[in-house]
Amino acid sequence: MLKMLSRATVAVALLATGPALAAGEIPTPPAQTWTHAGLFGTFDRAAAQRGFQVYKEVCSACHAMNLLSYRNLRQLGFSEPQVAAIAAQFEITAGPNDEGNMFQRPGIAADRFRSPFANEQAARYANNGAYPPDLSVITKARKYGEDYIYGLLVGYKDPPAGFVLGDGMYYNEYYPGHQIAMAPPINEGQVTYADGTSNSVSQMAKDVTVFLTWAGEPYLEARKQTGAKVMLFLLVLAGMLYAVKRKVWADVH
Amino acid sequence: MTSVQWKNPVVRWVDSRFPVFSWLHHEYNEYPMPRNCNYLWSFGAISMVMLVTMILTGLFLAMHYTASTTTAFTSVERIMRDVNYGWLIRYVHMNGASFFFIAVYIHIFRGLYYGSYKQPREILWMIGVVIMLLMMATAFMGYVLPWGQMSFWGATVITNLFSAIPLVGEAIVTWLWGGFSVDNATLNRFFALHFVTPFVIFGVVVLHVAALHAPGVGSNNPRGIDMKGPQDAVPFNPYMTVKDSFAIVLFLIVFLGFTFYVPNYLGHPDNYIPANPLVTPPHIVPEWYFLPFYAILRAINFNVLFIDAKLGGVIAMFGAIAVLFVLPFIDRHPVRSARYRPLYRKFFWILVANVIVLGWVGAKPAEQPYVAIGQVATFWYFFHFLVILPWLNFVERPDPLPTSIAEPVLKGGGRLAAGAATAKPMEKA
Ligand code: HEC
Ligand code: HEM
Repeated sequence: MLKMLSRATVAVALLATGPALAAGEIPTPPAQTWTHAGLFGTFDRAAAQRGFQVYKEVCSACHAMNLLSYRNLRQLGFSEPQVAAIAAQFEITAGPNDEGNMFQRPGIAADRFRSPFANEQAARYANNGAYPPDLSVITKARKYGEDYIYGLLVGYKDPPAGFVLGDGMYYNEYYPGHQIAMAPPINEGQVTYADGTSNSVSQMAKDVTVFLTWAGEPYLEARKQTGAKVMLFLLVLAGMLYAVKRKVWADVH
Repeated sequence: MTSVQWKNPVVRWVDSRFPVFSWLHHEYNEYPMPRNCNYLWSFGAISMVMLVTMILTGLFLAMHYTASTTTAFTSVERIMRDVNYGWLIRYVHMNGASFFFIAVYIHIFRGLYYGSYKQPREILWMIGVVIMLLMMATAFMGYVLPWGQMSFWGATVITNLFSAIPLVGEAIVTWLWGGFSVDNATLNRFFALHFVTPFVIFGVVVLHVAALHAPGVGSNNPRGIDMKGPQDAVPFNPYMTVKDSFAIVLFLIVFLGFTFYVPNYLGHPDNYIPANPLVTPPHIVPEWYFLPFYAILRAINFNVLFIDAKLGGVIAMFGAIAVLFVLPFIDRHPVRSARYRPLYRKFFWILVANVIVLGWVGAKPAEQPYVAIGQVATFWYFFHFLVILPWLNFVERPDPLPTSIAEPVLKGGGRLAAGAATAKPMEKA
């Protein structure tokens, strides 16, 4: 009976994947290798730091990351003075002061990442009516996660013959529907890395994607490390309980 | 109830005034459990563990969560980022809901297979169906709280169902919402209700267990026949305590494996996009555990006489749960366990496959061929309960039943050891 059931389940599973692909709504981006994947994965700190640079110099012109504070960058291996220096590069609106006025001051580590636009309307106005979404949890907010983000960033192509592109739209291989209002954000040599890493489009895309993945799941390493301990504990406990169970039930079987 | 002489004077003092120790001793030490129960009987205890897990993690989430449309989404993210072990609390609660349903669905199908809903366990079963309904309401409202896109649109779709009720439907929906759309008032009341319903569930579970432990009821078993004496039973402690503990830990390994390694696998990515009433997601899908019911809801896309499609769908969806409620009165075949009902056994597995198909259809867009498949599967679901089961009452000739639980299985080369059926275990108590 169980065999029959499992066969039926497999059949259903196969059926389930078939039409999903045929419907072809979200093209499957190729899977990349990430150091943070797997049971014991950790973030590639150097890549994430470079990725932050890409975000800061490129993406932050349009995309906010409201859930992050500059202090969070400590996790990526930036030192306290480095974080303070990064934060100080931004003018933050603070206040009100004793006179009741808002004022500008350089950022501090506790500040949230400064948003490029005051509100959604301003963002749309500056982007032809399109809204650049907040990127704080973007890798979790898309099917295929970081593979998709990377695919999107490197996926700009000329549209196939006969494909009608809307005004101000760009053809992208992995964006659902293939028409995206964001111009190719990363261009060859756009950012100069201090560590001399190549600044090819794919390298920068990969780095910024690592940074965005970290931003969406900054506790990923703690999660996997705690998980390993909990699993080990439970496996040992299960083994011991099984032994006790065998012993207790010995006179029944 | 046997009275126990407690050695500890404090225990004795308390027990003679408020016999909580005697009571625990009776219900969880001595409680006679059929000796042949398999691991499917552990899913009640597993459900209990999940319920407690949900209440505890929920309590800590509520300490940091803010139920307001402007801050709900960020407050959940702040729990994950800034509260000590907040990510763990939230992911356990999130995956816990799914695994609670997995445990309870297995628990229910166990009951269906072994006929645990039959005499004398009808009320026990019906209380169970009430628990399931309460769980669904709780899970639905909980999913609204993070105020992501699926939260908002799921809430909109499901609350809108009530508008199908003739005459008063629209008024009821406005009343549920506390306004003219799913908005701040809705979120606030859902939070209040989501906080309290688990405690209601807890209360109903107490009734559920009381109904099980009632004199003359007790646990069913894989053979579906009554216990005839101590030789058929083992005392709950230590036999079931150790067996259930082992099962609970195995279940936790799977549940926490998901929680630690693929915490978002069972969720929908759209719920990491903050709710936006102006942007409708391309596919609005409920959580996986609602998918079979969602498929039944959508299968009725045609009017039946004066009942329009929408109302028809709602009736079918609630009807799918209602048939479970009255199942003890539909299936009146005297033999409980599917082991001895070859025909019922086949239809049971067809029903399982059918429910899986319904779940699969529920996740698909409302297009052909899914709609047609969903309609066939919906038809079969009701056909199973309303036609096949009553028909089996008349035609099914069961296989010969064993005369007792302790009697060894002689057929098919089973163990024949003399003394396999000793009275030993229960005498130990
Ligand atoms: C000139 C402004 C601009 C810059 C710079 C920019 N983007 Fe965008 N981005 C947009 C707009 C506008 C959209 C919305 C597109 C749409 O809705 O079609 C968008 C959308 C996106 C999306 C969402 C795609 C989806 O699946 O919905 C991602 C991810 C993204 N951008 C990443 C980036 C990254 C990473 C960078 C930096 C390397 C970047 N963007 C730089 C304007 C920008
Ligand atoms: C919060 C959810 C629930 C909890 C905590 C719970 C708990 C339990 C426990 C501890 C038992 C005894 C152990 C066992 O036989 O597995 C039990 C038995 C039972 N439950 Fe539940 N239950 C829940 C939901 C349900 C539901 C939804 C149903 C059916 C619709 C149900 C039907 C039954 C039946 C019929 C039995 C007796 C089974 C037998 O002895 O064969 N329960 N439950």
